[in-house]
Amino acid sequence: MDLKHTDAAPTDAEREAVDSLLGPPPSGWEGGTTRSDEDLRWARGGASAAKDRRDQLLPALHAVNDRIGWISEGALGYLCRRLTVAPAEAYGVATFYAMFSLRPRPPKVLHVCTDLACAARGSAALCADLTRDFAPAGTATEGATWQESPCLGLCERAPAALLIQAGEQPRSARPADPARPAFEDRGPGGGAHGYGRGREGEQRAAGAPHRTAVIAPATPAALTHAIRSPEHTPPQPPPETAVPQTGSPGLVLLKRIGTTDPASLDAYRASGGYTALRRAFALGPAGVIREVLDAGLVGRGGAAFPTGRKWEATAGQPDTPHYLVCNADESEPGTFKDRVLMEGDPYALVEAMTVAGYATGARQGFVYLRGEYPRAYERLSHALETARTRGLLGPDILGQGYAFDIEIRRGAGAYICGEETAIFNSIEGQRGEPRSKPPFPVEKGLFGKPTAVNNVETLVNVLPVLEHGAAAYAATGTGTSTGTKLFCVSGQVAAPGVYELPFGASLRELLELAGPPQDLRAVLLGGAAGGFVRPDELDIPLTFEGTRAAGTTLGSGVVLVLDGSVELPRILLRIAEFFRDESCGQCVPCRIGTVRQEEALHRIKDRTGAAAADDIALMREVGQAMRDASICGLGQTAWNAVESAIDRLGVYK
Amino acid sequence: MTAVPLRLPRRLIEFTLDGQETRVPEGSTILEACRAAGKDIPTLCQGDTLTPKNACRVCVVEVAGARTLAPACSRRAEAGMTVLTGSERARHSRKVVLELLASATDLSTTPRADEWIKEYEAKPARFGAGAARVNEEPKVDNDLYVRDYDKCIQCYKCVDACGEQWQNTFAIAVAGRGFDARISTEHDVPLTDSACVYCGNCIEVCPTGALSFKSEFDMRAAGTWDERAQTETTTVCAYCGVGCNITLHVQENEIVKVTSPHDSPVTHGNLCIKGRFGFQHVQNRV
Repeated sequence: MDLKHTDAAPTDAEREAVDSLLGPPPSGWEGGTTRSDEDLRWARGGASAAKDRRDQLLPALHAVNDRIGWISEGALGYLCRRLTVAPAEAYGVATFYAMFSLRPRPPKVLHVCTDLACAARGSAALCADLTRDFAPAGTATEGATWQESPCLGLCERAPAALLIQAGEQPRSARPADPARPAFEDRGPGGGAHGYGRGREGEQRAAGAPHRTAVIAPATPAALTHAIRSPEHTPPQPPPETAVPQTGSPGLVLLKRIGTTDPASLDAYRASGGYTALRRAFALGPAGVIREVLDAGLVGRGGAAFPTGRKWEATAGQPDTPHYLVCNADESEPGTFKDRVLMEGDPYALVEAMTVAGYATGARQGFVYLRGEYPRAYERLSHALETARTRGLLGPDILGQGYAFDIEIRRGAGAYICGEETAIFNSIEGQRGEPRSKPPFPVEKGLFGKPTAVNNVETLVNVLPVLEHGAAAYAATGTGTSTGTKLFCVSGQVAAPGVYELPFGASLRELLELAGPPQDLRAVLLGGAAGGFVRPDELDIPLTFEGTRAAGTTLGSGVVLVLDGSVELPRILLRIAEFFRDESCGQCVPCRIGTVRQEEALHRIKDRTGAAAADDIALMREVGQAMRDASICGLGQTAWNAVESAIDRLGVYK
Repeated sequence: MTAVPLRLPRRLIEFTLDGQETRVPEGSTILEACRAAGKDIPTLCQGDTLTPKNACRVCVVEVAGARTLAPACSRRAEAGMTVLTGSERARHSRKVVLELLASATDLSTTPRADEWIKEYEAKPARFGAGAARVNEEPKVDNDLYVRDYDKCIQCYKCVDACGEQWQNTFAIAVAGRGFDARISTEHDVPLTDSACVYCGNCIEVCPTGALSFKSEFDMRAAGTWDERAQTETTTVCAYCGVGCNITLHVQENEIVKVTSPHDSPVTHGNLCIKGRFGFQHVQNRV
């Protein structure tokens, strides 16, 4: 590899942002400003070095974006020298993610969610008011700008917004800082939000701190206030406000949320934490897999693949090392359960991943966490750190001679990175495009090695399986859908939030808990990739087989409730727009098909009957080809919700 | 005659292709099996010298029992598999993919595109006059070759040829996302400011004519490009001692472009700037 780097030089702040992640450059060959005699004698770098460090590309792009607010030519060029990456490739990666900007922009960016749940709760009016009171979207005003955003995963508090202010990281959050002080524990609901909060004493005089603020539910006044003085935004409500069932008996996955301090490892252990890991060590890896198989646990990400079989296949691969990846890139519009789990019970995920790593023979786990979840990042980072200091992660867990550690990788605004193979590319520092399968991840996954990928909810289910045994776990739910399921209820209900029910409960029972609207129009089940259900279909049993039989899907557990006030054609348009925006662009059916579907929906948004028939037929043909010929699930499911709205709700009749 | 290195013998596997029992060497793709059986399946992003990216999806076939269609170019044949190449589902997807491609990009210089559009009865115009198109102006920023991304179908072949599969120069990559994704240099700088070494191997693999010699681009603009009037002569490049094969494309006694035989065991179709573009001295007539 013969790389040609650009001449653009980084600013001191950009250089410092990168060096705070990667350490100072070891030589002039890697972007150091001076060349020593030794540098002139020895050439370092080359293909092997690039291969070794390419996976630091995404964290390094984050480091610059967090500090400066955008990524300049000089900063990208410096990154390329440090990581031996070709500038064109790094540019291709940086432009893939929505949260990065390659053009100058103000340090403060407000992301206003206009996705399904927020749209149903008035985000359009919010954007109009923001345009009137502050500035039009995308315009730099008072050192800030705002933009419309896909789902922020704050649907229970819709409409929602996320403010990100670029600036210096507080010293405590710098990975390069060896003496990292402990997390400032404010307990649950203490309002610790934003990495920069409460650290003013440590911030340098040089510039404003990096800070995030969540404004939800958002009012026009709260948004303009947040843009002007982010340091004075009120704290977020604690995670348990998203769990209306808090404290009720019968909760399995949510039992600790709101009752156990998420920042305290002792509280976690006092509430039964780490008994699953002890049992796992007693059973041995094969025993754990047998237990998970017997429990009938299947993946909660939508595909419902048996978790035990995935683990067994990974564990049995002769190639090493094995990896474990936790898919925490929860970006399906209307989904927020994984966020609530990570914010409200982070140690559960750490313990579950340790069990999964042990069972599959992995020594390294990655949590691929969506970039829009600052509080989950903070809580999980803290949990990892304390687990590490207490010997629950690291070279010798619980004195059992098993070495395992977990690293968090932040996504940067790309729905497609929730696809299991796109996660690998993203972590490896490539564009987050899905790979063709076969080969499947269990055979060739992260870094080309056998990898087990599970989402947060699936992993957390492993704890009750081991704590109470496979038989006890399988006693809940139905024969083929065992255990409990989390549902993200949003839209026009009295009490939106995450609900936990045993599989087999009906949609009606779930809605009764959340307080359905008087004039229920439709329920979107399974999210943008799912399907609509009519008010007369509420007896659908919420199981994988039951929803399949009813011609719909549980998907990721989205239950978006719409009443008569919602204009369905607009919601469909938003779904189409979402898929067009989020298509990675790799394969033709999805890249162009999503555009053609959105165009057709635009044409018929005010039409019905015969006037819409041609375009509906066109969409059906394109939708069929997308379902059949797209590389990954995004293109294959992009037409589902719209099709169900046409066929089941008769939207354009 | 070119020397073809012999590979280790491979086991044969047996599977059903359109109802016929077929035997192919283990590791063969479905497309290779189809071609061996004399079946013609349209392909765009597949190339004989590159690992297929299977991004264009025009070669999809139906594998019995599979939820989705499979790209013939990269799915390997497995023992006992049942493959249908001309099923209604497969033909429908191919038709729609061709329609989508032709409605968004200019396929006028894509070999066989017209023929396939007729065969599959694709009607690109049915998406309406307002259908979004790539709409790029040709990038003419050097004297050797032109990038006309209005014709680009994003098959990734040029990126792979420029990058780790052949040239290891990494001057171009895919940037952006979705419909706005484009093949691009870093920060979209002109080629002359990029890492490009003008080997032209990207032109060699481009299946649509989005990348072309400046000579071809100018002659097409002037209406003088006439492929039928061209002769092709394969000879040995005289610039250095490697001895690469080059094929001179000559029209009216002028060299109009240079390619390289893909079956050459030395170059596999790749050349350097001199072999590819250094032909003007041949036709300097004083």
